[in-house]
Amino acid sequence: MLKTFTKGGIHPPDRKLTAHTCIQSLPLPATAIIPVSQHLGAPAIPVVAKGDYVKTGQLIAKGNGFVSSNVHASVSGNVAKIEDVTDISGYRRQAIVINVAGDDWLESIVRNEFLDREIKLTGEEILKKIADSGIVGLGGATFPTQVKISVPRGKKVDCLVINGVECEPYLTSDHRLMLEKGEEILVGVELLKRAMDVKIAHIGIENNKPDAIRLMRKLTVSHKGIEIHALKVKYPQGGEKQLIKAILNREVLSGGLPVDVGVVVFNVGTAFAVYEAVQKNKPLFERIVTITGKSVRQPANYRVRIGTPISSLIQASGGIPEDTGKIISGGPMMGKALINADVPVMKGSSGILLIPSGESARNKMQPCVRCGKCVSVCPMGLEPYLLMPLTEQKNFDRLEVEHVMDCMECGSCSYTCPADRPLLDYIRLGKSNVGKIIRSRKK
Amino acid sequence: MDQLLTVSLSPHISAGQSVKKLMFGVVLALVPAFLVSLYLFGLGALFVTIFSIATCVIFELAIQKYILKTAVRISDGSAIVTGLLLAFNLPSNLPWWMIALGAFFAIGVGKMTYGGLGNNPFNPALIGRVFLLISFPVQMTSWPVPVAARHQYLDAVTGATPLGFLKESVRNGEQIPEIMKQLPDNMQLFMGNVGGSLGEVSAIALILGFIWLLYKKIITWHIPVSMIATVFIFTGILWVIDPSLYAPPLFHILTGGVLLGAIFMATDLVTSPMTRAGMIIFASGIGIITVIIRVFGSYPEGVSFAILIMNAFVPLINKYIKPSRFGKEVKHG
Repeated sequence: MLKTFTKGGIHPPDRKLTAHTCIQSLPLPATAIIPVSQHLGAPAIPVVAKGDYVKTGQLIAKGNGFVSSNVHASVSGNVAKIEDVTDISGYRRQAIVINVAGDDWLESIVRNEFLDREIKLTGEEILKKIADSGIVGLGGATFPTQVKISVPRGKKVDCLVINGVECEPYLTSDHRLMLEKGEEILVGVELLKRAMDVKIAHIGIENNKPDAIRLMRKLTVSHKGIEIHALKVKYPQGGEKQLIKAILNREVLSGGLPVDVGVVVFNVGTAFAVYEAVQKNKPLFERIVTITGKSVRQPANYRVRIGTPISSLIQASGGIPEDTGKIISGGPMMGKALINADVPVMKGSSGILLIPSGESARNKMQPCVRCGKCVSVCPMGLEPYLLMPLTEQKNFDRLEVEHVMDCMECGSCSYTCPADRPLLDYIRLGKSNVGKIIRSRKK
Repeated sequence: MDQLLTVSLSPHISAGQSVKKLMFGVVLALVPAFLVSLYLFGLGALFVTIFSIATCVIFELAIQKYILKTAVRISDGSAIVTGLLLAFNLPSNLPWWMIALGAFFAIGVGKMTYGGLGNNPFNPALIGRVFLLISFPVQMTSWPVPVAARHQYLDAVTGATPLGFLKESVRNGEQIPEIMKQLPDNMQLFMGNVGGSLGEVSAIALILGFIWLLYKKIITWHIPVSMIATVFIFTGILWVIDPSLYAPPLFHILTGGVLLGAIFMATDLVTSPMTRAGMIIFASGIGIITVIIRVFGSYPEGVSFAILIMNAFVPLINKYIKPSRFGKEVKHG
């Protein structure tokens, strides 16, 4: 009996078109557009000016405050301009635009494939290295990693959970990374263990990646204190609360954080970035991105420099299909629809998904038939059918009582609704209003 | 690529389920029972079914188009399901104008007055049936004899249902073991060769429909199983107390509308609770009320009343029986 979380969940078709496609390097773009806000928290502040020459890996924007993150040049060349550009979020935000000239890396970065297993640094030194390298959660939440490691006073962490679940359909960047850089990921996990002073790490991988489970199990023989858990395939198992429940059977209380049950969760991609930062002195300026979709000619997994326009990725995969109706950054369940293909790849971009026009538009909404499917699939045990009309009625007090803030926006309710009701749209609206009310109360 | 991109919030895929698919799934699940009724009640069953569906659809169309002046939604198939279920709850020799009146009450009063699909608190088909039962008790309880009445409609030979016969005999002071000897055995009840509403008689056909509904995930087991189990346990207790006064539990389950009600009427999505625990409470309530009416009430059959009574409790059940939330109970310090 494979482990999984117990409440709700759905089984969308996994469509992992690129599960057997090796990671390739994407050629450098002509210009790189590097937003200063690629993480949760305060935007970084540029430390270069127009006209400056920067090397690949050089710090170009410095984290501003505790919850923030450094940003590094992903290419070498001259800073063409610093201006607001539309990014994946759809908002216009400050970005540093670099005209690419050659590929001139900082000398301090170790550029070889040598597998460096030896951990020389202390926990504190590792933490500093991670903070300096601008590492954020690469699963998509982009929370600054050094903040996660710095556990608040009074909280005790007894184990790490490493997320290799990749429960979103289509996406394979974590899967490929585990297959091709499994040992590096494990060294990254060892580094995180030392930084957080814990002895045990649990890596969760869904059972639709048997090759990754087999390989990681083989590799962990030489890593004491790292355990691989094969999990039953179920969305949204990549949600950290669901993953902790699945692996450890611990339940994070409503409004709580994983650290409250003694756990901190990192993505396998983050573990790899930690390995590169600490062992190779390489800041986070590239990541693995899956480019995929039914009509995409050559769906693939690319190692992409941050700031590369998404159009370059699409070009490399055989050009934009005629029938494209929607471009999504991320997976089909939680990804963001883009307004054009000029936006740059950011630290949190795990995949680009092209959806044919026939499947882009939503179906027309029907009346709710009270079938209760949304209730039975909600992994948080909420009642979406009730939250939607409460939002329409602006009944925010009642929404709070009905625990709207527990919603993790996984989209299982909207996915499953036979009446095509935009449940999650309304729940988001309700959440943002209730969130405002809660914040104003605290003041 | 010149056309504009679609921009919408996640999720960007859906399970591909629709109200229409759910409704036609129910229609398919009712096919075995319909075929059995064609075999047993022939012409009458065919006419009553077609006429009931047609009038339900026409009433819904007319009300949406000319009275409410809203979008016409008959293509969602819900009126067809209502018409089919109404017909299944009628005797196969009911005059056409009574069927039309029942359809009007089902759709007009039971469904559209509340705002149409999704808003009705009571099962529309049962509203239609109970209206007819109260208004025309004689016609609604004259049951054509199966097979023999196959080629007749209004002039069909009628007889009593097992439940009607039971009630009558108990009233006359007869003992249950004597009464049971004169009634069809369990095998006949299981196959459906007895008098009754045209869709309720064959247990095996209804159970086939149940399996289909479960397989297509249109309903879950909770309502049918808890309702049948409650009827079984309640009548079982009575039977154990005094087998000369109370009929055996299996007889209660296989006769009358228990299976049709449990599988197709109580499980109506709109008028049943949202959570599994709520469904079990709801269905147990139906089981208990059914038995009380059958055993102690003046009607031989009580499934329709029991479902309508429990329909009224659904909002209350939904309010107090909430799903168990993630992160509510402390499982680990």
